[in-house]
Amino acid sequence: MAEYEPPPGSVPPDRVGRWQSRRGQDRLAQLLFLAPAVIYMLAFFGYPVVKNFLMALQTYSTSTFYTGEAPWAGLANYRAVITSSVFSKALLNTVLFTAGSILGQFVIGLGLAVFFRRRFPLNGLLRSLLLIPWLIPLIVSGAVWRWILDKDNGALNRFLAAIHLAPGHPGWLTSTSLALLAVIMVNIWIGIPFNLTILYGGLQDIPEDLYEAATLDGASGRQRFRYVTWPLLRPVVSVVLVLGVVYTIKVLDVILGLTNGGPANASQTIATQSYHLSFVQFDFGQGAALGNILIAISLVFAVIYLRANRRAVDE
Amino acid sequence: MFRSTRSRKAPAALASILAIPLTLTACGGSDSGSDSGGTATLRVLDYYSNEPGRTVWQKALEACASQAGATISREAVPGATLIQKVLQQASSKTLPDLLMLDNPDLQQIAQTGALTPLDTFGLKADGFAKGVVDASTYQGKLYGLQPVTNTIGLFYNTDILTKAGVTPPTTWEELKTAARKLTSGSQYGLAFSAPANYEGTWQFLPFMWSNGGDEKNIATPETAQALQLWVDLMKAGSVSKSALNWTQADVNDQFRAGKAAMMVNGPWQFPVLDADKALHYAVVKIPAPAAGRPIVAPLGGETWTVPQTGNKDKQAKAAKVVACLNSDESQVNLAKQNQTIPTRTALLASFSSANPNVKGFADQIPTARSRTGELGADWPKAATKIYTAFQSALTGQADPAKALEQAQNG
Repeated sequence: MAEYEPPPGSVPPDRVGRWQSRRGQDRLAQLLFLAPAVIYMLAFFGYPVVKNFLMALQTYSTSTFYTGEAPWAGLANYRAVITSSVFSKALLNTVLFTAGSILGQFVIGLGLAVFFRRRFPLNGLLRSLLLIPWLIPLIVSGAVWRWILDKDNGALNRFLAAIHLAPGHPGWLTSTSLALLAVIMVNIWIGIPFNLTILYGGLQDIPEDLYEAATLDGASGRQRFRYVTWPLLRPVVSVVLVLGVVYTIKVLDVILGLTNGGPANASQTIATQSYHLSFVQFDFGQGAALGNILIAISLVFAVIYLRANRRAVDE
Repeated sequence: MFRSTRSRKAPAALASILAIPLTLTACGGSDSGSDSGGTATLRVLDYYSNEPGRTVWQKALEACASQAGATISREAVPGATLIQKVLQQASSKTLPDLLMLDNPDLQQIAQTGALTPLDTFGLKADGFAKGVVDASTYQGKLYGLQPVTNTIGLFYNTDILTKAGVTPPTTWEELKTAARKLTSGSQYGLAFSAPANYEGTWQFLPFMWSNGGDEKNIATPETAQALQLWVDLMKAGSVSKSALNWTQADVNDQFRAGKAAMMVNGPWQFPVLDADKALHYAVVKIPAPAAGRPIVAPLGGETWTVPQTGNKDKQAKAAKVVACLNSDESQVNLAKQNQTIPTRTALLASFSSANPNVKGFADQIPTARSRTGELGADWPKAATKIYTAFQSALTGQADPAKALEQAQNG
């Protein structure tokens, strides 16, 4: 804003005729340019968030839709969802699901991105094939994965049995100890293209001559990655990770399609439990309360991201 | 007529572009153009969106509407989206004139006040199976009439059973023995569907209810015994652990492929099974806890209601359509074409003798119960407890009695 300050000693414009003055017109133009974005934000972000916040404080049931009446419930909805026996399990699952998915997606995505930086035949074709998980509708890939992971006749178990790795036919989707692992594996598969694409884009921005210089200085491949690639890729990495967390923490379709949160809540996360409360049990108040808790957790990550970024800038 | 509809839609479209909830008010006044005298167009909403049901119901609805002096404009949405659609329409006051609901949802929607009691139009449910009427009744008032119903029974592969020298089981003990004998290699003796949703609860109910279990309190020895049966069957290896994640359609696929010698399923699977000419099967009642004890099976099927639209003329006509769909002739006709069962008990005997494949199901109807008959709008909470409990017991997290107690206490 500093450049809009009047130079020292100049006469400030008349306050009454502000809108007539040149500066007033500029201000009006600025506001008009801002207006579409502000209205859009209020209608599509502000309204739902406020509505969701209010809904969590009300007894919001099917009747509300017809009568419009939602009795005030105070914090009863929050109390109900937090004291429910599923909550601690769902919270732990959410943490494990998010951490596991992000770790897997990022490591594999980065590895592939570095790999595809080399020039070799069919590079472009292979890279576009890797986008396939992103392109297939989740309902379709979910159904295919359900079939692959089936206990008795699934492709994975047949393969494992054929190479004598797991002759016992593990129940990927039906055992309480494996279900969460299975949905994490599928979510990693879905997330790799996103990580690969963004990280590959970041790698393209690193000038080639830096690597040449490093090579001339006698840096090994590992050192080139450690001292050239990684520092220059860091801004992209933090974007990928934060977006990844925000996308992953709210994942619903993958889990609903594969296990529906089961067996015995083994793969229930806060997102699926919130969906279940709102759209299966029609307790929209409790569903909204759980949804708000999820938003709060996401906000924590947003703050961590902002602080980490500021520190990076300070450095 | 067409023009007036269009001019009413224009402001609604404009409002929706502006993304302001004004759409609600723009549509709210759409009843002003009621056509008294001429033929009214009744808006119908249902979830028979797949063939052959879609066409069967279209014909039945058209025939009944023309008798009532109306035409229909029908929307058939996928099953899972119906309730969300109804809730949207309820809040924007755009409910259809004639609404089909899955029977366990009726009381919840009636509770909102969005439906008209059918006695206003002089409709009664005399002669209907008691369970069917219970499901369509809320606080003593009849809100829906259900022309056809269904339930689940025990399907068995006649070739496999004959070869193994096993007769269809009628008691739990026989079921366990038969299932064990029929299990060999990649073939399981029995298949049922036990996922963590209402579909799983629905499959567990005949075992729970027939043994005297009750949804008001599931932490009882009766329910625990029923759950023990499921646990025993799975532990013995007679039922695949995959049942924890199988829909009823998945169960049907297993049965059809010969991977399961018997299965718990419903008559809506007939068209899929009959398409396979090499498959020979028959249906009996769900086995009872002990010989001679009655089976209490859950009632399925959809009920037809008249929402509160504020248009008296159209409501009266819609009620006439509901009555017509529920006439003796229409019930038999719909049941025959949709592989379901009439709900008027007087029709059951002649219907099952004319359609022997549904006899196993029809025999269970007079004693069958509706899911919402006892708890009404609180049924979803109980249904959630039931599947939470059996998932916990089947995965070995807790023994049946403990699992039921934990689920009951939330």
